[in-house]
Amino acid sequence: MDKALTVGRVAFRLNGAPVEAAPHPGERLSEVLRERLGQRDVKIGCNAGDCGACTVLVDGAPVCACLMAAPQAEGRSVETLGGLTSFDPVAQDLAARFEAHGAAQCGICTPGIMVSAVALLRDTPAPDEAQVRDALGGVLCRCTGYRKIIDAVMGTPALPAAGDGVGAAIARLDGHDKVTGREAFGDDVAPPGTLELRVVRSPYPHAAFRFGDLDAWAGATPGVEAVLTAADIPGENRFGVIPPFADQPAFAEEVARFRGEAVAAVVGTPEAMRAFRDEDFPVEWEERAPVMTPEAALAEGAPCLHAGRPGNEMCKGRVACGDADAALAGAEVVAEGSFTTGFVEHAYIEPEAGFAEMDGDKVVVHACTQAPVMDREALEILLGMGPERIRIVPTGVGGGFGSKLDISLQPYLALGAMKTGRPVRLCYTRIESMQSTTKRHPAEMRVRIGAGKDGRIQGFDFFGRFNTGAYASWGPTVANRVPVHASGPYRVTDYRAVSQAVHTHCPPSGAFRGFGVPQAAIAQEQLFDELAERLGMDALEFRILNALRDGEPTVCGQVFEQGVGITACFEALRAAWAEEREEAAAFNAAAGAMRRGVGVAAGWYGCGNTSLPNPSTIKAGIRADGTVVLHQGAMDIGQGANTVITQIFASAFGVPAGSVARIGADTDVTPDAGKTSASRQTFVSGNAARLAGEALRAEVLRRLNASPEARLEFAPGRVRAEGAELDLARLEPDTEGYVLRAEESYDPPTKPLDADGQGHPYAQFGYAAHVAVVEVDTELGRVHPLRFHAAHDVGRAINPLLIEGQVQGGIAQGLGMALMEEFIPGRTENLHDYLIPTIGDMPPVTTHIVEVPDAHGPYGAKGLGEHALIPTAPALLNAVAHATGVRIRRLPATPDVVRAAILEARR
Amino acid sequence: MRYLRPASCDEALGMLSAPDTRIVAGGTDVYPALRDRAPRFDMVDVTGIADLRKITQEDDWLRIGAAATWSELIRHPLPPAFDGLKAAAREVGSVQIQNAGTVAGNLCNASPAADGVPPLLTLDAEVEVAGPEGARRLPLGDFILGPRRTALAPGEMVTAVLVPEPPAGAVSAFAKLGSRTYLVISIAMVSVLATAAEGRIAEARVAVGACSPVAVRLSALEADLAGRPVADLNDLGLVTSAHLAPLSPLSDVRGSAAYRVDAVGTLVRRALLAALEGRNG
Repeated sequence: MDKALTVGRVAFRLNGAPVEAAPHPGERLSEVLRERLGQRDVKIGCNAGDCGACTVLVDGAPVCACLMAAPQAEGRSVETLGGLTSFDPVAQDLAARFEAHGAAQCGICTPGIMVSAVALLRDTPAPDEAQVRDALGGVLCRCTGYRKIIDAVMGTPALPAAGDGVGAAIARLDGHDKVTGREAFGDDVAPPGTLELRVVRSPYPHAAFRFGDLDAWAGATPGVEAVLTAADIPGENRFGVIPPFADQPAFAEEVARFRGEAVAAVVGTPEAMRAFRDEDFPVEWEERAPVMTPEAALAEGAPCLHAGRPGNEMCKGRVACGDADAALAGAEVVAEGSFTTGFVEHAYIEPEAGFAEMDGDKVVVHACTQAPVMDREALEILLGMGPERIRIVPTGVGGGFGSKLDISLQPYLALGAMKTGRPVRLCYTRIESMQSTTKRHPAEMRVRIGAGKDGRIQGFDFFGRFNTGAYASWGPTVANRVPVHASGPYRVTDYRAVSQAVHTHCPPSGAFRGFGVPQAAIAQEQLFDELAERLGMDALEFRILNALRDGEPTVCGQVFEQGVGITACFEALRAAWAEEREEAAAFNAAAGAMRRGVGVAAGWYGCGNTSLPNPSTIKAGIRADGTVVLHQGAMDIGQGANTVITQIFASAFGVPAGSVARIGADTDVTPDAGKTSASRQTFVSGNAARLAGEALRAEVLRRLNASPEARLEFAPGRVRAEGAELDLARLEPDTEGYVLRAEESYDPPTKPLDADGQGHPYAQFGYAAHVAVVEVDTELGRVHPLRFHAAHDVGRAINPLLIEGQVQGGIAQGLGMALMEEFIPGRTENLHDYLIPTIGDMPPVTTHIVEVPDAHGPYGAKGLGEHALIPTAPALLNAVAHATGVRIRRLPATPDVVRAAILEARR
Repeated sequence: MRYLRPASCDEALGMLSAPDTRIVAGGTDVYPALRDRAPRFDMVDVTGIADLRKITQEDDWLRIGAAATWSELIRHPLPPAFDGLKAAAREVGSVQIQNAGTVAGNLCNASPAADGVPPLLTLDAEVEVAGPEGARRLPLGDFILGPRRTALAPGEMVTAVLVPEPPAGAVSAFAKLGSRTYLVISIAMVSVLATAAEGRIAEARVAVGACSPVAVRLSALEADLAGRPVADLNDLGLVTSAHLAPLSPLSDVRGSAAYRVDAVGTLVRRALLAALEGRNG
């Protein structure tokens, strides 16, 4: 065959400049751009055209670089976000609008979104919303809920910001890098040519396995530098986020307990790893019968996953007060039902990725994470090494939502670097990310709720069984949180809630925005609607009547004398509720297949760990040159901690937030601000930042002999107030170069729960209520959300812009959970079988920010991250019921499920 | 393993005569099928063959070159009989996919849920194939044999999709049903092409995808529709189970078999109403 036809080199224009590369046969344009041409602003989220993150312009047209053979770029023009924002005025204007709107949260999809938008705006400078949706329909975003993106592309005015302290709707302080493609995520930090690692995983949910001669195989396979198995783990082969339950091996030993569980890893040159295939690896499998549901796992004779957990029950949770049975027996009306939800996948667009290198005898892990110090603690046990020999340097995090709390690839990277002595990198494929990382717990719930003639809740009995998968992860937390929260934010005097977590041969269920509370709300809030209906009461007024108020005990017997904001949330929705119900009735007056409905639901969520310490520490210092430095260790996974914590610190200290230099999480230089979880960062780390700011301010004022109200002015090497001046250069700097410093911690006050779950689980709750408006196509069963009205009691809005972003993003995830998302092991392990909402699915949201200050929160602030999605799914399902008269009790409410329910009701 | 870029069909055929070769055009099906692995076959990239990129009118036939993309089809001026095909083109994945993916590739991939097949069935499209034994043409219905199976013999390649002149005054529409908007694999889809006069349907062609191993025309329904008043399309019972007998849907994560059959009746009525009255049922 003519050799000239075989493509060797490819030459094209990249962001205006001529480039050349020599790809492997079949190499994707995305790989060539990232690894050969240094264009790491091109992000790879799925390698299958399902997410669009890798979108680039080829001769002006958006394409997925992951689906394009590199030689097809020959002679053409390729543009990426980094290039566009450096020379194209359309892209530069768009970047400014993306920043102003907070249209980039984690930022991993931003290059794909913005590049697609630039193509649209070049042709259509003033697009309408439908045009924006059509242009961006091919790029998935998991953080924003798309509405800020639509606003930014259309050029809608952004929220005005007055000043930049607490309460100001400022743009993210770390936003510029995200909108110019400069933010470095887990796979963006390793130098090209770094050794790569591949994990060998179980293809079966339950299987015994035996390795062949690994040394011989490694020796005979060119480019393979090391093979890692459980035998290479110097410490204890066990990890878990809750130490008493730690049960997960980094590499399975003898038996794999879920499909996708790691059994070994191979380290080699990029060329060797490119050629490597699992089936080449010497391992023999012996498939065993799995138990995939709690029912099967609890059946007599079922295989036991863990010795010491007979019958596969991992743990239970319980909260009880009053006498639920007696109250239900005497209730005027009782609503009851069984509700089922499936696994939900976090589906962040950034798969787990990072690299590790040796620094002397210290191993340094650079990876995406929500909890750097927990990562280090886990590695201490696995590696059998002290904290001084392990350093975690988090990269940018392309979404987390709970799953990046657990370690995933960190042990493999560390072991690989230690065994080879060289840097090692790894980026999970989309499929292995979906197979092997944690999921939202599937729930089976049986719930009975009664009410009296007066409309007050009278008796509440909840049982929830949760599929916790093969390993504990955050299963115990879900089991604890659900009974505490299953009442919803209501006054319930006679209550019993029991939860049970059951092991199966499924991926571990772990933390996912809400820790089981969204599942419980789906049952409780739907049954509340049924009670209201039977009592002939308005669904919103029924909830207001039963809403928890200051001074009333929760189901745990905890009394908040202040700060209970749920009534205020409901009241904020009254006008929208009435208008939307009227409009729906008017629409439905005409016959037709389309029926409209309006639903309401509420939620509450305790911020921070349940009855356990979870301190945060924040450090700040002033350098001799006058730079104020904040060590901000609260991981920003897109939610905005970098901005909010800085705003709080700056306000407490008394300088503009924009003047504060930030140093991020790094276990060697920044104190532990705890995990980004449980909606705790604004509350807990925010308090630590406030205390650190106040302490540093007190020190400066003391030296200046100035009054507490003094205005601080910084000049190079100097700080002044009330006419006094401090010459910073004359102070002795410490080892970190700070002439003045402060370090403060905060841990929320809680009290343990007794056997009936009575106690003080949280120092504060946040509250939320949503009204959802839907149109249901009754002939096809398709549910189209039309609008949301979301009221959130945040105590004090530190940054209203970021709050709106959290609310919209939470709603999008709640919408996905309600209408389309279900992870089925072995079946929906990619982003075309597992569906998350696109820009076409997400309707407008009106956010009502409610501020009922909390005595414990910094400036009164409460957590928000998880609250945002708790009411969404039940509000949608209540709206579907209002539109059609049918109740959906098995999620997701896909078109076939809704249509079947409609047909059943007509029978 | 090599990446080959022929400049002509003859060169391509020469390359395809070797074992372990695969044709690549837009890459939108080839690369996902690799599942993150490197290819272990020679890739024959046909997008460098200038003739294959063109969409042209040749006598009474529209010729869609095998390397022409969905976006190029959308931009090509065509009469209303092609509105259904264009609507389907806009539903193929996303803009990114439409800019790279080809019409012919959609047929060659032979997915039961290929968006392009139902509208091309209603257009009576044919597939032009070149091979070592010469060129041949076969109706689309004979080209796709089953899921991921076509009538292409080893060493053959598709060179064009050919569409005959549609009936005068024909209108068309496409209806896709999925669990979300954009980037979605169909639960079911329907394409229709029809002519009407004086309030009556003269001719109706109906094809259904994602409800059988290969998309099919509903000939009994087509026969029943001919001559009926357009207003009958508002009758919810218009499409009967006998009409849908050619379908053999699966139950899968996207929807149950029963649901698919139920939904097709609605989609057919709506697509015909959209085509004939410019509205959605």
